[in-house]
This record gives sequence, C-alpha cells and structure tokens, in this order.
Amino acid sequence: MHPVAREAFLAALEQGWADPRRLHAEGRRAGLLLDGAREALAEMLGARTEEIHLTAGHTASLHAAVAALARARRRVGGRVVVSAVERAAVLAAATLAADEVVTVPVDRAGRLDLQAWQDVIGPDVALAALQHANGEVGTLQPVAAAFEATERAGVPLLVDAGASVGHVGVGPHWDVLAADPSDWGGIAGVGVLAVRSRVRTTPTGPEDEDPWAPGGVSVPAAVAAAAALRAVLADRARSEARRALVDRIREQVAQSVRDVAVVGDPVDRLPHVVTFSCLYVDGEALLGELDRQGFAVGSGSACTSSSLQPSHVLAAMGVLTHGNVRIALPSTVTPDDVEAFCAVLPQAVAEVRRMAGATDL
Amino acid sequence: MDARGLRCPAPVIALARAAREVAPGTVLIVWWTDPAARHDIPAWARMRGHEVLMTEPLAPEEGDGGDDDGRAHATAYVTRVRTTSGDAAG
Repeated sequence: MHPVAREAFLAALEQGWADPRRLHAEGRRAGLLLDGAREALAEMLGARTEEIHLTAGHTASLHAAVAALARARRRVGGRVVVSAVERAAVLAAATLAADEVVTVPVDRAGRLDLQAWQDVIGPDVALAALQHANGEVGTLQPVAAAFEATERAGVPLLVDAGASVGHVGVGPHWDVLAADPSDWGGIAGVGVLAVRSRVRTTPTGPEDEDPWAPGGVSVPAAVAAAAALRAVLADRARSEARRALVDRIREQVAQSVRDVAVVGDPVDRLPHVVTFSCLYVDGEALLGELDRQGFAVGSGSACTSSSLQPSHVLAAMGVLTHGNVRIALPSTVTPDDVEAFCAVLPQAVAEVRRMAGATDL
Repeated sequence: MDARGLRCPAPVIALARAAREVAPGTVLIVWWTDPAARHDIPAWARMRGHEVLMTEPLAPEEGDGGDDDGRAHATAYVTRVRTTSGDAAG
C-alpha cells in the first residue's frame, strides 16, 4: 500500500462516506469525489472520463468485460481467443462465455506467438484477450501488433494491464483495458475498466444503475486508487530504478545457484518482476525457508497452490514448474535489500535440496 | 520406475537418481500421476541433455490396477526418456 493511498482513503472516508447516488449534500459530495477519481484515472490511462468504469476489483473487471463483450457479439460468433498465459480470471470467464475458447501458445520466454494469433483472429471471433505483460514472469506482450490484427478484423481486444499500470506505460492499443489499483499501491476493493466509446458491450447481469459494479463502488477506494497512481507515475525514476535491481537478481541467481532456470524475457519485461525455477527443489519448502529469513516471495509451483496444479503460465512456457520463486520488487526496495536476498538464496536452495536428498544429482 | 502418487519435485528427483545409475543411452520408463511431472520431466530432460521419447496415458493393464484397497490411481501416465549419451554428470 502506497502511503498516499492511505492518506487519500482516510480523507475520502471523512468527506465521501455517503452513497454517491443520493441527492443530499453528503451524497453529492461523495459523487464529486468519485467523478474526480474517474477523471484522474481517465487522464492517466489515456481514456475519456465516460470510458472509465469502476468495479469491485480486478477479477470482477475481467469477468464482466469478457462476459459483456462476448454477449454483445453473440450474433457474430461464439469463439473467444486468448493467450495461453492470461490470468486465470480471463480464462475462466472465457470458458463460461464462449462456445469455443481458442488458446494461442507462447514461446519459452512467455511471449505470444504472433503468427498463430494473426492466423486465428477473424471476423467470426467474439473477442480476443491479451495481457499487456505477464505478472508471473514479467514478459511484455506484443500488444500493438496483436491489436493491429484484431482492429483489422473488427474484433474487440481486451487488454489485461493489471500487472503493468503503475510500472510501465500501457499505450493506446486496446478496446477494453483492465487496470488493478492494488498492484500500484491502491487499496483493495476497487478495479478499473476502461471501455472505448466505440466498443459495444452488453452486460450480462440483472438490471442495475451501474452494470459494471451493481450497487456501486467504494468511493474512498476509488479516490485512493487515483491518488496512488498519480504518486507512482510522478516517481517513474524510482520505478525504473528497480530494473537494474532485477538485472542484479537475475545475474546473481544464475551465477550462485546450481541448476536454476531464470525465466521470462531478459529485456522486454516489467521493471519489477523476476522469476526463477530451481531443479529438485520443493517450492513450498523454499518459500518457507525464505520467509524465515524475512523475504516474502511468491511461487507458481504446484505444491504452493491450493489446487496442487502448477502455474499454467510456467506450463505454457515449457519451463520447470517446481522450485519456482517469483519476486515482485516494491517501489521502496533498496539495493541493500536485494544484496541481502542474493546472499541468503544459495544456502536456502542448498538446504531444501539437502532435505530432499537431491544434493548429489 | 513407478512414481505414481509422488508429488513434485519427487518424481523428477527419482528419475534423476535412476538416470545417474544407468549406462548412457538407456531408456527409462516412468509411471507418474503428479500434474507437474507433465511439464517438469521434459524441462529436466532439456536441462540435463536427456531426450523424452514419448508420454501417453498408462493403460490400466500395465499398472497394478490400484492401491491396496483396490481403488484406481489418479490418471496415470507413462513417459520414456533416453538418457544422454554425452557427459551425463551435468
């Protein structure tokens, strides 16, 4: 959470606690705060204010966007095209909405197979979904080229920029853009969905004043989202400084840990995400070992998921899924933090391998 | 080798141990049920220079038909791997 988000949230709680749809003074005040947040988000995302819809959260945004786009183009066709590494919420929504989900593969770095994408995008496709960048491995997707194909075919493109907004510029190549405030330091409980005015959508839920967020959204969370985004965009230098630290981790991990695969594109990537998989390592045990040393990291390994399925992203890339560690550097990270992590990692990996009796393999 | 019921990274560790103990070029046959093994056996083979020859569902008559209570195993697969004829020490 960004300190600016906390401040803005508390101030908005004071001023904007009322239901913004009410006509009394308190309601109107809340409504003005909400309008201000949408206007600011629009400006920062390169959209018009009336194109910004707020939702209950990023997952809700993706579910609603896929459903509403698919329904609006029902007569055109029931095929939904997705990349193999989309967020689970996109894949689940596509499965529910489509007659047929067409999954476009990625290469070993996690980048979309553009040729395969161009081959399947045709006028009978209801919608296509491509993330701006993959949040698990950091690889940026060729969104501009993918958009060129969908635009030519008249197919709406949903771009999940949940891992990108606040970290890298997302550009204008989208019909619907989903952004996730909790990823840039906002407060959980609100999602941002930008829908170009030219794009037809048909909400699938029951009639409501706000079909994107039935019953309305949290005004303080919306205000905090806009304030935090303004703060992180103003501090781009700090965000970009993380790129060198990610390079440092990638280099150190490859050098100091035996049998490790550092995954994701080394250059065309998010500035703050680094992911690697260690052969013969139990991901859950490694997370525990690192947690004991004070490092909170994520993992795409099967043993760390409730479903016991490995990350579909790592699987689609064809890289090792076990012993996986994913690090997202916060904007407050220091070079000393990174050095401390690099210093403890080799022993942590060695210890987990020793426990599994895999030291000599 | 029978790695059914083992969870990641145990099937790959067992396979790596077996690969170290056989002559280069030997074909290892492994049975497995762990969903991660589908991806991790090929990834391990690539990192170590071994060659995955094929993976397919394990025919029921090939296995023992189930555990001690006669319950069927989770969907099981068989993978054949030819160990590298080069320097296997890795």
